[in-house]
Amino acid sequence: MTINRGRVRWQCRRALLELDLVFARFLDKHFDSLTEDQLADLDDLLINEDHDIWAMVNGSKPCENDRWREMIALLREP
Amino acid sequence: MSVAKRTFDAVIVGAGGAGLRAALQLAESGMKTAVLTKVFPTRSHTVAAQGGVAASLGNSTEDNWHWHMYDTVKGSDWLGDQDAIEFMCRKANEVVVELEHYGMPFDRTDSGKIYQRPFGGHSQNYGQTPVSRSCAAADRTGHAMLHALYQRNVRANTQFFVEWMALDLIRDSEGNVLGVTALEMETGEVSIFHAKATVFATGGAGRIYHSSTNAFINTGDGVGMAARAGIPLEDMEFWQFHPTGVAGAGVLITEGVRGEGGILRNASGERFMERYAPNLKDLASRDVVSRAMTTEINEGRGCGPDKDYVLLDITHLSPETIMKRLPGIHEIAIQFAGVDPIKEPIPVVPTCHYQMGGIPTNYKGQVVVPKDGNPNAPVTGFYAAGECACASVHGANRLGTNSLLDLLVFGKSAGETVVEDLQSGNLSLRPLPADAADFSLSRIARLESQTNGESVFDVGLEMRRTMQKHAGVFRFDSLLKEGVAKMAEVAERAKRTEIGDKSKVWNTARVEALELDNLIEVARATIVSAEARKESRGAHVRDDAPDTAEFPNGRNDNDWLKHTLWYSEGDRLDYKPVNLNPLNEGTEPIALAKRTY
Repeated sequence: MTINRGRVRWQCRRALLELDLVFARFLDKHFDSLTEDQLADLDDLLINEDHDIWAMVNGSKPCENDRWREMIALLREP
Repeated sequence: MSVAKRTFDAVIVGAGGAGLRAALQLAESGMKTAVLTKVFPTRSHTVAAQGGVAASLGNSTEDNWHWHMYDTVKGSDWLGDQDAIEFMCRKANEVVVELEHYGMPFDRTDSGKIYQRPFGGHSQNYGQTPVSRSCAAADRTGHAMLHALYQRNVRANTQFFVEWMALDLIRDSEGNVLGVTALEMETGEVSIFHAKATVFATGGAGRIYHSSTNAFINTGDGVGMAARAGIPLEDMEFWQFHPTGVAGAGVLITEGVRGEGGILRNASGERFMERYAPNLKDLASRDVVSRAMTTEINEGRGCGPDKDYVLLDITHLSPETIMKRLPGIHEIAIQFAGVDPIKEPIPVVPTCHYQMGGIPTNYKGQVVVPKDGNPNAPVTGFYAAGECACASVHGANRLGTNSLLDLLVFGKSAGETVVEDLQSGNLSLRPLPADAADFSLSRIARLESQTNGESVFDVGLEMRRTMQKHAGVFRFDSLLKEGVAKMAEVAERAKRTEIGDKSKVWNTARVEALELDNLIEVARATIVSAEARKESRGAHVRDDAPDTAEFPNGRNDNDWLKHTLWYSEGDRLDYKPVNLNPLNEGTEPIALAKRTY
């Protein structure tokens, strides 16, 4: 089943401003060029709690799942 | 055009703390309850609340609700309504213990009681000594609270409509509220939610400012919908600013950084707080520090190419201290300021944090408007709670930890009132007017057909810049007057927004255009109300209303001890009295006094 890009884009809206800013940068730079597989990885990452995603992005917590590693790296890019 | 219709006893808009608490009260009473939310409930902005929730449990230090009431009235600079404040402070223990029973993992004392810590503005014995009143779950209080409430709602069979955006309030010709129209993002279709009771719990609109600690979701949807439907907005000139948001980003740098020895410096490296607060210096209260920073920037001593921020310096602290005591700040500075705070100071500006005003309600959560000489006549079928509402417990300035308390107490209270009104037969399913959805459909049709229009991003940016410059932390008459005119122009431009993507399914551009309409209402309300209030009180501080013997802190109780009411139509202003009388006869009122700490 194909993943709807609009839905994933909307679900990058988060509860913490820290993540909104990180995702805004990511949406501008990377989102449109994500492959279907990458989009599926992002969709999987977005199920996490905001505090946990932020901890993985800022490096205070290791990335727990290999599947999220590439997206976390893109989110960390300045 | 036919529009799908769903029918409920109660429809709640918003699934943050207040919405979930109200929904729980209704669903557990067996009412058919729908909750509409733009995002999954546990991604609401309540998640960001760290400080804790105030309750005079007295587990760590002696405490009682009347001391809490005194602190809250004083914090509000006497603009809070004392009946609602008494109600909130008396109910605090009950709602916190309830939450504990729902499984909220509060921090504990060695003896197993809820651990309580001190927080600014909360005191024992009417301002004498600090008190430990804040109940917290580590630094994730809001997060833990939302999870506890969400799980409980699932158990109670609350029906969630996730990724639905409410568009407009439906009222009949007599002004009764009959529900809302809403957009399902997945399909792009508009539906009617027809209900006996409608509860707004949509949070604040902190995104009207350029520098804001609020997440992007905080677009004041409920406040905007109420204003468009002819409901006045109360005390919208009062916004709490936090002194240290990262310049350009808004991300909050906790007060703890200055507690650990952080120093604010201007462009010449001067520790300027020594001039404004010789004793407390960088640790003076939020409003004092924010105004000092703004004065430095306004007088040309700001830093950077545009001289528009000051610096928060912790480079004199050891790297070990920074990494151990302030790890979150190290990461925030690197991510959002592009500086390593161990080596370089962090650019900061006073940043919008919390909306004290909102949809006028009483302590029961009923929305109230002036009617036939009664300044507080309930609107049949309409209720509100949390940051979108103005009960008014925060008045001109909110105390930390009182916002989580507000949403628990008034979320529950609104839910209880709706249940009572439903059970007593005061509420019925009133007939929908034939044109119930027409206004929302016309707004969407306008967006679809707009050509040569304005960009949503550009208009939003102009609004945020205008509000930041003209109605910021320190206010000047000439800037406010210019700002009113500028915001009127921005609002005109917002009527012509155009989106490139006209598709229906998951069209986030359309959602953002509709959100902007709500923000514009809030921004207009704020600047018009602020221009009109010719005194300083709490968070509203005017350069032309300074501290004098006649008007301590610039506050003028003779002329301005009253609530502002702003009507969207024609930017009309009205006022209503502050309730200085507590709820119960035996309760001692908190007499007017100068607010000093």
